[in-house]
Amino acid sequence: MNVTEQDQLSYIAAQAADSRINVEIETEGMTLNIGPQHPATHGTLRIVVKLDGEQVIAAEPIAGYMHRGYEKLTEVRTYPQVTTLINRIDWLGSFANEVPFILAAEQLMEVEAPPRARWIRTILFELSRISNLTLFLGDMGIQLGAMTPVFYAFRDREHVLNQIESVTGGRFHPNFDRIGGIKDDLPAGWIDGTRSAMTRIAEFCDQMEALLLNNEIFESRTRGIGVIPADIALSYGMSGANLRASGVDWDLRRDGGDGLAYKELDWKVWTHPDGDSFARFWVRLQEVREGVKIVEQLLDGIPSGPVMAKVPRIIKVPPGEAWVETENPLGAMGYYVVSKGELVPFRVKIRSASFNNVSIASWVLRGVYVPDIITILASLYFILGDIDR
Amino acid sequence: MSSTAEATEETSGDQEEVATDERREALVERIRTELGDALIDHHILADTDLWIRVDRERWVDTGLFLRDGLGCAYFNFLSVIDWMPSPFGREMEAEVDADPEADTKEPEAMQQGVAGGDSRFQLFARVNNVIDHMGITIKTDLDDDTPSIDTWIPAYDGANWHEREAFEMYGVDFIGHPNLINLYLPTGFEGNPLRKDFPLLARRMKPWPGIVDVEQMPGDDEEDETEAST
Repeated sequence: MNVTEQDQLSYIAAQAADSRINVEIETEGMTLNIGPQHPATHGTLRIVVKLDGEQVIAAEPIAGYMHRGYEKLTEVRTYPQVTTLINRIDWLGSFANEVPFILAAEQLMEVEAPPRARWIRTILFELSRISNLTLFLGDMGIQLGAMTPVFYAFRDREHVLNQIESVTGGRFHPNFDRIGGIKDDLPAGWIDGTRSAMTRIAEFCDQMEALLLNNEIFESRTRGIGVIPADIALSYGMSGANLRASGVDWDLRRDGGDGLAYKELDWKVWTHPDGDSFARFWVRLQEVREGVKIVEQLLDGIPSGPVMAKVPRIIKVPPGEAWVETENPLGAMGYYVVSKGELVPFRVKIRSASFNNVSIASWVLRGVYVPDIITILASLYFILGDIDR
Repeated sequence: MSSTAEATEETSGDQEEVATDERREALVERIRTELGDALIDHHILADTDLWIRVDRERWVDTGLFLRDGLGCAYFNFLSVIDWMPSPFGREMEAEVDADPEADTKEPEAMQQGVAGGDSRFQLFARVNNVIDHMGITIKTDLDDDTPSIDTWIPAYDGANWHEREAFEMYGVDFIGHPNLINLYLPTGFEGNPLRKDFPLLARRMKPWPGIVDVEQMPGDDEEDETEAST
């Protein structure tokens, strides 16, 4: 018997129509609880999804299992003490958390960090991004069943963390940024060590490209999955690579304030028009490469001079309000600091990137298939501390 | 406090290029044309930032106009400030919080921040124009006893979670919100933790950590402080 293509298509259509009828009869979906402790959630994000067969009808992320109340706690900490707390918001890129807060306090105090401090801040800021996104690149692989990338990621991230540690004394929580500058100068031989770490990261990016980007399975699991159009992304306040993967050319390193030294360097903001999981991975990969370029330029041109401006020992910030945001590894992070001229801030609103990036989950997960939930969440890339604060 | 902010504006306004200021002035004018009297106040920090304060009756209209009229499609955040001075005292000499009931001191007067205000709770949100690279902070005053306002979700989808957070932390009722339940706090949690009159229990049991750090060091005089502030 001859089966034409037409026959096949009509058979498929009939099957689909059948299953649609079935859907209408069995209106009760199945509720599946992902988390709070699920490997794909990097901590304790719980997602309740309502399923119809393999397809998601509704998804609701439930946050708050790690809420630590930082906004309240900052109200009883002096300004220098606040950095210890906010280090723990995005724990994979800690130093980057401190910078916008310090810049906001400096804006209120009208203090400016000396050029050398500003430069070293930018280096550490960028190293935080590299160490953070390196782990993402490996982690994306493991969510799709590829074990190798994550081991490479941990191996090569260590070189960056070592450099951060040798300056600040802390691998994860440097607490190194100060109002008016940074705590210490760079140790001897640090610049060469960082150069070789950057060479390794550049190699790592090539490996990731070979392992994942050109992998057929990876492409078929991520291309066209979890598409977020630009207007939706903007309306939800997504930021960072997630926004740029939807084709919006918006990077606070280039478009934000002058607090860090990015505007004096030669680098490029990468965007991708597709808005799918693949685009988000691709943009982050390019961002790590761009980060390597940025750090190398910064290492070439560190100005000499002091690393600390003259500030009073007891820091009282004059009354006023300041909003400073920077392009952190996970996206735009900002602090709205309200001061009443006391030792402690009156109110600190912490705007963290993952909070907005994850609030889109119930929109983007609607209609996808169960295995894609994991890839989409992994590609949105959030850190629990950055959602719950 | 507003005098300090104005002084900042004047001094920096002299040296900065005027073009940026004109951009922000023009923006305020466009908002004024659209909203009329609903634009109560505004504040420009030259070359840096813009604040506006609007009538709460026109809160959603403001959002829609910012999004469609001014191209501020990027929703940044939404939150609340409680301007009431903390009844527990935050003096650096105090080992622990003062007991507000035993305290006979007159409570401090409430003092709102930039762009003014006339209520205890102030809602503030920030939106950006990602093409012009402009950001605006929008404030509005809420009722002191029963703070409530229309939801901003028609203008910005991302307001959903931010409003849930403001609801649990400050007890602000967002009229028309589809899912106004606690975001972080367990269901049935009593009180609104970020209100200034909500006691921080850790502060009752342990001395304030700040007191350890602020002791005077030898050679640490007042001149040090004055000199450094320049």
